[in-house]
Amino acid sequence: MSDTTRSDTAVTHPLVAGAVGPGCKKVDPIVVADNVTRTFGGLTAVDVQHVEIPRGAITALIGPNGAGKTTFFNLLTGFDKPNTGSWSFEGSSLAGVPAFRVSRKGMVRTFQLTKSLGRLSVLQNMLLGATKQPGENIFTALIKPLWRKREEEITAKAEELLARFKLDTKRDDYAASLSGGQRKLLEMARALMSDPVLVMLDEPMAGVNPALTQSLLGHIKELKSEGMSVLFVEHDMHMVRHISDWVIVMAEGRVVAEGPPETVMSDPAVIDAYLGAHHDTDLGDMTGSNPVIEAKEAAAAHHGGNADRKDEH
Amino acid sequence: MDWGQILNNAAGELLSPVTAAYALAAIGISVHFGYAGLLNFGQAGFMAVGAYAFVIATLSFDAPLWAAFLAAILASVVFAFLLGIPTLRLRADYLAIVTIASAEIVRYVVSTTGLTEYTGGAAGLSGFNDAFVGINPFPTGSYGFGPWTYTANQLWIRVFGWGLVVLATVLVYLLMRSPWGRVVKGIREDEDAVRSLGKNVYAYKMQALVLGGVLGSLAGVVFVLPRAVQPGNYGTTLTFFIWTMLLLGGAATLFGPIIGAMIFATLLTLSDGILRGLISADIITFISTTQAGQIRFMIIGAVLMLLVVFRPQGIFGNKKELSFNV
Repeated sequence: MSDTTRSDTAVTHPLVAGAVGPGCKKVDPIVVADNVTRTFGGLTAVDVQHVEIPRGAITALIGPNGAGKTTFFNLLTGFDKPNTGSWSFEGSSLAGVPAFRVSRKGMVRTFQLTKSLGRLSVLQNMLLGATKQPGENIFTALIKPLWRKREEEITAKAEELLARFKLDTKRDDYAASLSGGQRKLLEMARALMSDPVLVMLDEPMAGVNPALTQSLLGHIKELKSEGMSVLFVEHDMHMVRHISDWVIVMAEGRVVAEGPPETVMSDPAVIDAYLGAHHDTDLGDMTGSNPVIEAKEAAAAHHGGNADRKDEH
Repeated sequence: MDWGQILNNAAGELLSPVTAAYALAAIGISVHFGYAGLLNFGQAGFMAVGAYAFVIATLSFDAPLWAAFLAAILASVVFAFLLGIPTLRLRADYLAIVTIASAEIVRYVVSTTGLTEYTGGAAGLSGFNDAFVGINPFPTGSYGFGPWTYTANQLWIRVFGWGLVVLATVLVYLLMRSPWGRVVKGIREDEDAVRSLGKNVYAYKMQALVLGGVLGSLAGVVFVLPRAVQPGNYGTTLTFFIWTMLLLGGAATLFGPIIGAMIFATLLTLSDGILRGLISADIITFISTTQAGQIRFMIIGAVLMLLVVFRPQGIFGNKKELSFNV
C-alpha cells in the first residue's frame, strides 16, 4: 500500500508524461483532481492527493469494497460535496458546481444501482437524456411548434441508439418492465443522448449475464473509438484487463497504484490490498469443490505445465 | 322520505361551484403528486391563501376584480416559494410535513383576533362578491332544467368556475405532453437520474409546486365567490377531501381529478340525504341526525379503503403503471 513500490524503476507509458506511479501526470488529462477529501463522521472515505484521468482512453477505477470509488465518483460529478479539494474537467474548475451543470459540461454518469425511470417509456427515458430541447422550458412547452423540430431530431437519434443497444423492440414499453441488464443498457444509451465528452460508468457489469457483458464491453470500446473518454468502476477483473487502457487502484480512500492493466495487476501492493493472492485462480480451486478443474489440474501437473484457466463451470 | 329531493340535491351538487373548486384544487395536487411526485398535504393552505388574498384585496384595498385575482395568484406564488425554497432540496417527505404545518399556520393566522380588521377573525368575511356579480353577462331569468335550474347569478358562478376547470385541464394537458412534462415525470421517478442528465431538478420542482399552488389558490377563490370566506373551512379535512377525490379519479390523469371531485361531492350529499331521510322516517333509530353528518364520512372512508385496495390506480388510472413495483 505504500507509494514507493514501483516508482524507482521509472516506467513510462504513452498516456503519461514522466514516470508511471500513483498520481502521475498525464500527457492530456481530461479530469484533474487535487487534495479531494470527504469524511463521514470520523471515517475518511476519500483522500485523493492528486489524480489525473487521461483523455481518449478507457480508465478503470478499481479497489476493494469501501475504498471510496463510488464516493469519489459522486464527488467528481457533483452528487456529493467534498470537505476539501479542487478538481477540474477540461480545464474548468468543477468545485461547487451542481450535478446538473457538471452533466451539461459533458461529464455524464450512470449509477451503480440502475436508475431507469420506471413509469416512463423506454423512448421517453432516452429523450430525457437529450440536451437543448427548448420545450423543457415551462413557457415554450405550451407551444408545440417551438419544440417539435428538436423533438423529431432527438427521437431519430434515440431510435438509432436504441437500435445499437438492441432495445428498439422495447421502444414503447415502460422502463420498469425491462430486465436488470436491459436497464443497464438503457441507462448507458440514455447517457449517450447528450454526446458526452467523458462517460462515467459505476459498475456497468454488476448483475449482467455473460452474453450481455460481451455486448456491453463492445459498446464501451465503441465509445472510445468515437472519441469519448470513459471512466468506470468495476470489480470484474476480466473486464478491466480486457478493455481498459489505464487502471487506477483505490484503497481506503487513497490512490495506491495506477498504470496499464498488466502492470497494475501484477503489482504486489494491489494484490495485497485488493486482488488477493489467489486472484488468478478459480474459486473452485481454492475450495476444492470443482472436480472438473481439479481433474484438469491433475492432468496438467502430469505434463508439467499450467492448466489453462477456464471460466465455464 | 323524499327520494326525489335527495336525488335532486345530489345531482345539483354535480355542477355546483364548490365541486368546481374541489376539481381545480385536485388538478393542482395532480400536478404536484401525480406528475411531479411532490407530496403536498397543504392544499387547503393554498386555497386559504388564494381566498383571503382575493377577499382582502377587494374589501380592504378596494382593488378591482382583475387585481383581486392577480393578488390571489401572486400570494400563492409567494406561498409556494416560501414552502419550496427550504424543502425542495430535501427528500419528498419533508415537503409533506412542511405543507401540512403551513396550511395550519395560515388557518390560525387568518382567524387570529389581532388581524380581525383585515381577515374578519374566526367569523370570516362576506360581501365581497358585488364586483363579480356586476360583470355577470347573463340577463336575469331562469336557466337550465331539473336539478340544474339556475338563476342568472348561479349560472354565472358555475360557468366561471367550470370554465377555470376547463382552462386548467387544457393547461395541464399541454404541459404534460411537452418535454417539460417529461422532465417533471422523470423527477417523480428518480430525481438523481434526471439530475445526472443535466436538468435543474430544483427549478422544475419549484415550477411544479408554483403551478399546482396557483391552481389551488384559484380553487380557493371559486370556493368563496358564491358565499363568504371562513377560516374553519380550511382545516386539514379539506386537504384530505381533495386527496380522496384525486385518488378516486386517478392521480396522474387528465380527467381523474374532475370526475373524482364530482363523484365525491355527489356521494357526500347523497349519503347525507339518505341517512337523514332514513332517520326522519324512523327506519334508523339508533343514531341522531347530527351523528349522521359524521357517519357519512366513516362510510366514505371505508369506500376509499376499498378503492385503494381493489383499484389503486383510481377510475381513470392506467393499471399497467401500477403493476410495477417501482
